[in-house]
Amino acid sequence: MKEELQKRVIKGPDGVEFEVEPLRDYYCEAPPTVMPGAYIQIVEDLFNWARAESIWILGFGTGCGAIEMRPLMTPRFDAYRYGVQWRPTPRQANLLMISGYLSTKTLKRAIRSYEQMQSPKYVVGLGSCTINGGMYWDSYNTIKRLDDYLPVDLYIAGCMPRPEALLAGFQDMKKLIRAGKGEGANRYAENFDWYKANQKRVIHDWDMPDYSW
Amino acid sequence: MEFDWMKIPYALLTLFIVVNYGFLLNALIQKIAARVGRRYGIPIWQNYVDLIKNYGLRSSITHGAMFYLGPVFRLSGGVGLLLFVPAIYGSYMFSNLSFAGDLILALYFIFFGTLGMALGAGESGHPYAAIGVSRGLSQVTTSELPLALAVFSVALQYQTLSVTEIVAAQQGGILNWTLFTNPVAVAAAMLSFLGSMMRPPFDVVLAPQEIPIGPPTEYHSSYLALMQTNRAIFPVAKIVIYMNLFFGGASDWPTFFLKVFLIYLWSAFVGVVFPRFRVEQSIRWFLIWAVPLGILSILMV
Amino acid sequence: MRELYSQLKQLFPLGELTEQRQDLAFVTVPQEHLRSLLLHLRDREGFTHLVLLTAVDWLEDNIFQLTYLLTNREQQRTLGLRVMLPRDAATMQSIHDIWPTAATYQRELREMFGIAFPDSPRVDEEFILEGWIDIPPYRRDFDTLKYAEENYSQRPGRVTHDPAEHMKQKLYPGGT
Repeated sequence: MKEELQKRVIKGPDGVEFEVEPLRDYYCEAPPTVMPGAYIQIVEDLFNWARAESIWILGFGTGCGAIEMRPLMTPRFDAYRYGVQWRPTPRQANLLMISGYLSTKTLKRAIRSYEQMQSPKYVVGLGSCTINGGMYWDSYNTIKRLDDYLPVDLYIAGCMPRPEALLAGFQDMKKLIRAGKGEGANRYAENFDWYKANQKRVIHDWDMPDYSW
Repeated sequence: MEFDWMKIPYALLTLFIVVNYGFLLNALIQKIAARVGRRYGIPIWQNYVDLIKNYGLRSSITHGAMFYLGPVFRLSGGVGLLLFVPAIYGSYMFSNLSFAGDLILALYFIFFGTLGMALGAGESGHPYAAIGVSRGLSQVTTSELPLALAVFSVALQYQTLSVTEIVAAQQGGILNWTLFTNPVAVAAAMLSFLGSMMRPPFDVVLAPQEIPIGPPTEYHSSYLALMQTNRAIFPVAKIVIYMNLFFGGASDWPTFFLKVFLIYLWSAFVGVVFPRFRVEQSIRWFLIWAVPLGILSILMV
Repeated sequence: MRELYSQLKQLFPLGELTEQRQDLAFVTVPQEHLRSLLLHLRDREGFTHLVLLTAVDWLEDNIFQLTYLLTNREQQRTLGLRVMLPRDAATMQSIHDIWPTAATYQRELREMFGIAFPDSPRVDEEFILEGWIDIPPYRRDFDTLKYAEENYSQRPGRVTHDPAEHMKQKLYPGGT
C-alpha cells in the first residue's frame, strides 16, 4: 500500500496531533443499497423515458475503442441528435462505456468511476475484448469477461465496432431503459459481495476502500 | 408606499414564461452553433428531458451545507435579477417588482450567482472545482467592470437609477435608444456581455476538456437540475437588463422574444467564430479594450 | 559506418559489426566498456540522441541482451550497441546521468525483465504494472497463457478458427 494511504499521526499547524487514516476518513464506505423506482408506475415510466432520451456518457476511454467514440461527436454521425452527450465527470454521467480491452490497472479506475456515478447507471461493453477477451484472450494483464466485475447492460460486438454500430447500440440501450430493464446499479448492490470478490481476485494491490463514493 | 400584492403572482407568471423561453432559447442557440459546425444539433426539447432526468435520478450525495446552498444561491441570483427589473415596459402585469433604485440591485444580482457558486464548489472539495471557480471569479470581475462603467454612464445620461425610467426615456423611435444616443457605453457593455455568457471565447471557466466542467464538477442529480434551471433563467434575465438599458426595452412579448434572441445571438455569433481565450488573455482583453471604452463613455456624458 | 567502426575498434574492444542498412548498424560491446563508449559517441561522434533502450531475453543461451540505440541527427545514421548480460541476477550500471530519459527505460526494464539498475532514479517504483505478484512478465520463461487461465475467468464457448485451416476446409472439403 502506498505511503500516503497508510494510517499515521499528523501534527497540525496549531500543534495538535491527530490520527489520519485516509481510507476511512476521506471516503464513504457504506455499501450501495438497492434503490427502488418511483412508487407510482406512471412517474417511473416518465423518468425512464427521460433517462432513455438523455444518456450522458462518461468520457472515459479504456482501450482502442475510445478513438471510435470521437467520430460520434462529429458532423458525420452526430450522436447529440439522439440525446447522447459526453460528460467529463462521473457525478453527472449515467452511462459508463468500457471502450475496448480493460487492463487490471484500468479496471481499478473504472470501478472507482462507476461507483461515483449516480444511480440509475448503465454499463456498455464495447468490442470483443470486453466480451471474451478478444485478441487479448491470453494476455497477462487484461480481464476477459467484463460482466464478472461490473453489471453490464449491453455489449456491442466488433473489433472495433464502427460508429454506426455504436449508434445502433444506443438505440438498443434506449429500448432497454424505457422497458425498465436498466437496473444495473441495483444488480450491483444485490450481488455486491460477488462483484467485490471477483474484483479483488484480479486486482492484487487493493489500496482503496471497498466502496468509494 | 402601498405594496401591491397582486404583483407577486404576476411576477411568478413572468418567471414561468422566461424559464420556458430560456430552455428553448438555449437549445436553439446550441442548435445554431451545431449547424455552423455542420452538425444536426440537439432536439429543441432536449434541455427539458435532461432536466426531468436529473430530477429523476435516485441517488445523490452531499458534501455539506454550502454544497446544498451553492445551486440555491445561483438560482436565486437568476430569479432575483429577473424579478427586480421590468420585463415588459408599460405593462402592469409584467413590470415585476421594479422600484426606483433597481439598477444597482440588478448589478449586484449578476455577481451574486457566481459568488454562491464559488461557495458551493469550494465545499465540494474537488481541485478542478477550485480551479474553475478562481478562473470564473477573476473573469467575471473583469468583465463586470466595463458593464458597471457603462451602466453608470447610462445612469448619468438619464439622471436616474430606475430601469423603468431609463426605458421610458428611450421610447419614441429607434433613434432614441441608448444604442444611438450613447454608442460608446453600449459598445463597452456588449463586450462585457460576451464575457458573462459562458460561450467561446470566454468559456474557459467551464472548459470541459481540461478541467472537467469546472465549478460544477461535483454537482449531480437535483443540484445539477437546479443549476440547469438557472442556466435557462440567467441569460434571459441578463439580456432583459441589456435590452432595457440599451435597446429600448420591449412593450409586448413578441418584441421581447425577438430582442432577447437577437442579443443572445450576438454572443453565439462571436462564439462560433473565435476560439477560446485563456483566462489571463481574457482578463487582459477586457482591461485593454472594454474598460477604456467604459471610461470614455462616462467622460463623454 | 565501416569507417566509424574501424576508428572505434582501435579505442574499444568491440564485437563484429552487423550492418542492417546503409544508415543502421549494430555492434556488441563488453559491459564494462559501454559507459565510456556511450560518452565517446555522444561527445565526439555526434550521436546525441538515445532513441531507445530495450532488452531481449535469450533464454536458451541464458543471457539478456540490452540494446542502446543511438542516432546522429546530423549525418542521419543510427548505431545500436548490444550488451550481453548473464541472465541470473542481471545487473547493469545506470546511464541516467548521460541521458535522463534512460531512467524511464530502466524503470520499464526493471519491471518487465527484472534487470536491476542500481542508483537509477525511482527505479524500484511500479511503472506500468500495479500489484504484480509473479515473475517479470516479459521474461520468456513466464507462461502468459497459463497465468491468464489461472487468474482470469474465461467466457466458455470461445472457439478459434485458424484462417488457413478454415479456408482449407471450405475450399477442399474432405480432401487434402
